[in-house]
Amino acid sequence: MRVVVQDAPFDFGREAESFAKAQTNMGAVVTFTGIVRDSAKGDMAVMEIEHYPGMTQKALEKIASEAMERWELGDALVIHRYGRLHRDEMIMMVATAARHRVAAFEAAEFLMDYLKSRAPFWKKEIGADGADWVAAREEDDDALSRW
Amino acid sequence: MMDVLYFAWVRERIGVPKERIETGAATVADLVEELKAREERYEVAFSDLSALRVAVDQELSDFDAPLDGAREVAFFPPMTGG
Repeated sequence: MRVVVQDAPFDFGREAESFAKAQTNMGAVVTFTGIVRDSAKGDMAVMEIEHYPGMTQKALEKIASEAMERWELGDALVIHRYGRLHRDEMIMMVATAARHRVAAFEAAEFLMDYLKSRAPFWKKEIGADGADWVAAREEDDDALSRW
Repeated sequence: MMDVLYFAWVRERIGVPKERIETGAATVADLVEELKAREERYEVAFSDLSALRVAVDQELSDFDAPLDGAREVAFFPPMTGG
């Protein structure tokens, strides 16, 4: 299991490749990548992601450990960025490895659902006419109830 | 002494990311009341607790949680990771 919190960009292709190649007897690897998109207003110049340095790593490790245990994963990877990002840049990725695909898909969704509303990150969209904090969506909180 | 941290719009409304305070608050809710009594910017930031989340010693917690021995309390809006 590997959890990385960084401001620098990451190389999705290289991360996915080395994650997949490091596995033994795992029939399935699933990856997900989150990418910065424009604000609803359509004028976003930059997205600023704030986080809680002391807590972020621990919170992500706790979420990843729970996924490892629950789906008997061979491995899990979480990379999440913070700082100033532009549209179309990659914010984060997760990868899961399991013997069968259902476990790998489900564990990746679980990781994403928990990262959305239980990891201490806050997004701010900075546009031409000012800045707005991205509001949490009720659906994101509701999504946790299925696990 | 306790470190109190603020993130996102809570930080912006209160105007500082972190402060060290002397408090005898027994619970998070008591601490919130103490802070609100200080100045209007706290009153504004803590006006709707349903819009806020809290972590005690870097673990997500509740407003009725005890602060016995806590070293760090953080207030922030619902998280928007991923």
